[in-house]
Amino acid sequence: MTNPTRIRATVRDGITEVRARLSHVMETGMRKNAAGVLIPAHFITDLAVSHNDRVVLSAQFGPSVSANPYVVFKFRGGAPGERIRVTWTDNLGESRSDEVAIA
Amino acid sequence: MNHQRRRALRAGGGLGLYALLVAAGLISPELAQAAQKRAGFDAHTLDAALSALGAGKPAASSDIELNVPDLNENGAAVRLGIVSRLPKTEQVAILIEKNPSPLAAIFTIPEGTLVDLQTEVKVSESCPIHVLVKASGRFYSVRKDVQVTIGGCG
Repeated sequence: MTNPTRIRATVRDGITEVRARLSHVMETGMRKNAAGVLIPAHFITDLAVSHNDRVVLSAQFGPSVSANPYVVFKFRGGAPGERIRVTWTDNLGESRSDEVAIA
Repeated sequence: MNHQRRRALRAGGGLGLYALLVAAGLISPELAQAAQKRAGFDAHTLDAALSALGAGKPAASSDIELNVPDLNENGAAVRLGIVSRLPKTEQVAILIEKNPSPLAAIFTIPEGTLVDLQTEVKVSESCPIHVLVKASGRFYSVRKDVQVTIGGCG
């Protein structure tokens, strides 16, 4: 079960800024629960952001990225109404893809 | 669990090993490729991570900016701002020196994307944070000492 990525994309002077807050526990695999049992690692490994099917940012993550990963970046181009899609995959094979229109 | 496979994976780690495992039918070529693509993430020291990335000893550069507060109350989410003015920046990696897995993230920057990033990382204890930038095929880095009051990995 995954939760939607919150995305905001705004274009100004020909440059689009994308802000994304992914919903994920980003468990390192080194923490113990109250009973002293290790909580298995569960974290996003791959992220891709695309604009009209063109990848504008991709990333590989390790468990040192904070829970509910936050990413902000800018790219040249983009126009209001065009689509920004954020896709992630985690180490357990779960994945999620969400989309927003550029404002 | 297949213990033999675990041992084999732990013992090696080089490119040749994965090829061997594929040849032996222990792992699929896709899996081997995925493991190679994640080079550096299984390193437990800064130097090991840098060498896995092929960076060796990167040159210090004043064209990379790392914006992070000197003092952070909560190590679980330390906000970083990264700007690179190096032409043809292809890749940006974030390494937290004393984390159990120092390599936090590798961003791949396609043409047309500006190297003006923000993200949040865990910092287990006060230590330097390094930003490694690959530009025009060469590696550059910048470091900043960061203090955390409450570690972010526990």
